[in-house]
Amino acid sequence: MNAASPASPDARIAATSFDVTAIRRDFPILHQQVHDQPLAYLDNAASSQRPQSVIDAISGYYSHDHSNIHRGVHTLSQRATDAYEGAREKVRSFINAADTKEIIFVRGTTEAVNLVAQSFVRPGLKAGDEILISALEHHANIVPWQLLCELTGAVLKVIPISTAGEVDFDAFRKLIGPRTKLLALAHVSNALGTIVPVQEFIAEARRHGVPVLLDGAQAVAHGAVDVQALNCDFYCFSSHKMLGPTGIGVLYGRRQLLDAMPPWQGGGDMILSVSFEKTTFNQLPYKFEAGTPHIAGGVGLGAAIDYLQAIGMQTIAAREQELLDYATAQLSEIPGLRIIGTAPHKAAVVSFVLDRIHPHDIGTILDTRGVAIRTGHHCAMPVMSFFKVPATARASLAFYNTFEEIDQLAGALRHAREVLL
Amino acid sequence: MDLKDLYRDVIIDHNRNPRNFGKLDPADAHADGHNPLCGDQLTMYVNFDGDVVSEVKFEGTGCAISVASASLLTEAVRGKSKAQVHALFTEVHRLLTEQDAPVDPDTLGKLAALSGVREFPARVKCASLCWHTLNAAIERLAEPVTTE
Repeated sequence: MNAASPASPDARIAATSFDVTAIRRDFPILHQQVHDQPLAYLDNAASSQRPQSVIDAISGYYSHDHSNIHRGVHTLSQRATDAYEGAREKVRSFINAADTKEIIFVRGTTEAVNLVAQSFVRPGLKAGDEILISALEHHANIVPWQLLCELTGAVLKVIPISTAGEVDFDAFRKLIGPRTKLLALAHVSNALGTIVPVQEFIAEARRHGVPVLLDGAQAVAHGAVDVQALNCDFYCFSSHKMLGPTGIGVLYGRRQLLDAMPPWQGGGDMILSVSFEKTTFNQLPYKFEAGTPHIAGGVGLGAAIDYLQAIGMQTIAAREQELLDYATAQLSEIPGLRIIGTAPHKAAVVSFVLDRIHPHDIGTILDTRGVAIRTGHHCAMPVMSFFKVPATARASLAFYNTFEEIDQLAGALRHAREVLL
Repeated sequence: MDLKDLYRDVIIDHNRNPRNFGKLDPADAHADGHNPLCGDQLTMYVNFDGDVVSEVKFEGTGCAISVASASLLTEAVRGKSKAQVHALFTEVHRLLTEQDAPVDPDTLGKLAALSGVREFPARVKCASLCWHTLNAAIERLAEPVTTE
């Protein structure tokens, strides 16, 4: 994912050519009133909304094609298998993986990280080994490693961040070394929006022979991701943050690493043959997919990818950059508002604090104005500690948001000041 | 849903100027409370004269509802016996959680200003954290209190 080009001088005109009205017609949930105000859904980093095509794909699958996948000889089982495996191919193409066998369906980013922790890192991990993460990470890219460290005596090392919210590359170069067994890094920070220049980090890790996992949960829906160009070993993301259903996500893994990894969970579908003496495990990717998977979820994710690609990831990135620039400008004019996370390259996330008003109060007041944002620690408590705030308010934008919704946000924030100050 | 039901003048006033804010040192009892949902963190300090709460103070950070609720609490419980505090806690809990609980100004006094919170279920824990924490202090529990 590249940082998009800077917004044109007249962002509103450029955005008009995007035809957001037509896009919004595809999202039924956006057309409603909340507390008698038009809904402004600005909580996309927590979970995005779904276009009708995704809803229809899931409904159509259950209405016409559902059965259990694999090994069925009847027509519905074949249709279900084709739909699910077709979705896997769409994912492969979407992130430009070399092989569909490298696409493992999991429950979400969290499960993907845990799978790598348990199956790839844990078997060889010894006391004194190091796992390297950054201070930007979501709890899902902290806690699995802490659990491993507790079990093995390995040490979790944390790359510091700057006051702008950028991962400190010089500090990283000092921290990585012969003891480092894995670099696990967010591609985009969920709490601050920082786009981490992961290619530089990966290149340095390669020089040390250190494998790299990227948490792509906040990146994958907001710009083109090419895992081969990134040259990462693992890439993790969730469907529900990219217009798809909840409960399904993806672990991309480099094939030779996945081949060498033991299965994580045991059960159906991940075996070739079972006797009480010995079990022979299935090929990739099924080795890591025990039990009946979320078939409808895969189908919905495939439809979400179709939708995103029809618009184009470059177009989405450019549109969201315009929204970010506008939101940053509008919010900066509100007295007492301080934006937390000011890296030059950001995804469309604006985290902020407002005078002495607690983010929780902001969230409630904005809700009465129809504006949905997230308030709290965003599952990134170390980031909050670094900035010495208990919590922030966070507006996170998607391409279907409008400049008018950002105006509605700014107006509601001014109202919050009137109510509480 | 009217915002003024939640952020009444009494609440705004106690948030801007919390009463009995600070540390009580020495204190006969104290307890820490934490709401991981929003990061609210407070400590309640209590001194007793026999069975009666003679002094109570709090410190910490939180949203307007949690700060105002703690401030109102400190005014409400001073001079009350442990049993009376416990009874008041029960009343406040009903006020915060039961949709049709009567609001008795004689029992509740200024605490009645919290009655709007029940219209905002996501905020009930903000208002009740200080009461759970005080309860822990009175019971002299050493364990930190959490709303989860």
